[in-house]
Amino acid sequence: MADLATGSTVHSRSVGDLAVVYAGDYLNKLSGERIERECRRKLEAGCRALIINFRETELVNSIGISILLGVIDAAENTGARLIFSDVNTQTVQLFEMLGLTRHVALAADEQEALATLTEFASTPKAAGH
Amino acid sequence: MEQGTPLQKLLHTFAALADLGQEIADTSDFQEKMRAALHLLQGSLGLMRGALAEFDDEKGTLSFVAARGMGTQTSADLPLSAEEVSGLLARGISCLSKEDENSAAFDFFRTHQELLDALRVELVVPLVVRDNLVGMILLGPKATGEEFSAEDREVICAMARHIGVGIQEHRSFEELKRRAEENRQLYEEMRVIYRDTVRAFAAAIDCKDKYTQGHSERVGKYSEVIAREMGWSDEEIEGIAVAGYLHDIGKLVVERDIINAPYRIDAKQSSELNRHPSVGYEILSPISHPYADIPLTARYHHERIDGRGYPEGLTGEQIPLGAKIVSLADSFDAMTTDRPYKKRRGLEEVVEDFRRNTGKQFAPEVVASFCRALLKEVLGETTNRRIIKLLGKDYVQSERIAPLLRALIDDLESGVFSATAGNA
Repeated sequence: MADLATGSTVHSRSVGDLAVVYAGDYLNKLSGERIERECRRKLEAGCRALIINFRETELVNSIGISILLGVIDAAENTGARLIFSDVNTQTVQLFEMLGLTRHVALAADEQEALATLTEFASTPKAAGH
Repeated sequence: MEQGTPLQKLLHTFAALADLGQEIADTSDFQEKMRAALHLLQGSLGLMRGALAEFDDEKGTLSFVAARGMGTQTSADLPLSAEEVSGLLARGISCLSKEDENSAAFDFFRTHQELLDALRVELVVPLVVRDNLVGMILLGPKATGEEFSAEDREVICAMARHIGVGIQEHRSFEELKRRAEENRQLYEEMRVIYRDTVRAFAAAIDCKDKYTQGHSERVGKYSEVIAREMGWSDEEIEGIAVAGYLHDIGKLVVERDIINAPYRIDAKQSSELNRHPSVGYEILSPISHPYADIPLTARYHHERIDGRGYPEGLTGEQIPLGAKIVSLADSFDAMTTDRPYKKRRGLEEVVEDFRRNTGKQFAPEVVASFCRALLKEVLGETTNRRIIKLLGKDYVQSERIAPLLRALIDDLESGVFSATAGNA
């Protein structure tokens, strides 16, 4: 069963041990760090796969990129899978140009991302991870 | 999907530079400013990790003020030797890597190899502003996995200049704050010294008159009570207290025999005694007092509203308010303490004297304020019973004095009294 949390204005929801965090329009300022904190919180709570949904994000600036790099770093450190969904064309180009897509998969929408991750999350972790 | 165009990359970098300039100029919180700067620098080029450190000249260490993706390694300071600082200064703002053949870069990476490897640092940028090392940027690899290009290095140096200025501004501001605090403390110490000196002078003045010991201090305290009741600021109240302490300083040059005469003094002696306000003014004028009008208060504390006072026979508004306050406080203390030729009067009689002399000797608004302050003490409406403490509890018959004070205050507030300046 899914639950929906909006703690300190960051929208997120959990689906089993997957989590979806909604980037909204917070990313482009320092207050966007709360998205990174929310992702880290989910990862520390044992979340094995994370989706960041950019449905309501028109533009990502340098602060946003840095925050997302922080999330990528955190996910890599915990061995969690990370997918960005609903990213617009211009932002996809920016992610590719700056190397984010080397570390994270993209999905057309949240459903596609969930389908991909559900399969990943149901697979037992390999020893040593 | 098509990768970003060079134009898109340029626009992204340009926007990061513009945002950085704005953050450095607008954000007042230094930590927040540095955090935003590091975000913008890493985000402009897609750098996986980075840190910003401020250089402490006195300790010779780099202290990390912002770090991302570097774990807890950046919690400790990084010491720099004098040679390292010189080497980094010589390079100025530039990107140094361990592959750099320049000796400063080579030495720095070799000396701190363990830490820099642990942090996976690929580039360091000394922040040099006006020939001073103010900090350093440490950067990890690009998320693309590519090497840093010459253009990347240009961008990093351009942003480093902004960040260096931000750190320098912060240092200047902190230095300014430190000096301001030092000055404030010095000023406070001087005020204490000044107040102690004033008290010592007051004691010296009163020592000369064996009958009026403590008079100057009491006048200072009564003046303070009146000024507070009149709504003066704390600094003004402090000033009027000092004026009260020093109002009789001119008596230091009056013959002790005249001051201590156990009888009514003659005209010649009286004329000598009456010089003390002008002499007091001369003594106090050359001193830079931290409060206004202290010399003038000494000069005019024997002036009367009706113009029959001395030394200049000023009337009404010509007399500074401070002098009117000290004048009333002076007279009140004279009436309520024993003198060589006269026992102190009862408080009812003193209030009656106020009634008779308001608008002649005393300013109505000053009398009203004093009476209000005294009434509050008599009725127990204030815990700070400063007047009663100075007079002695037994001297104040609350049930007798309260109606008199209330009636006088009512009359003063209804305008029964008015200054009779020039009518004498």
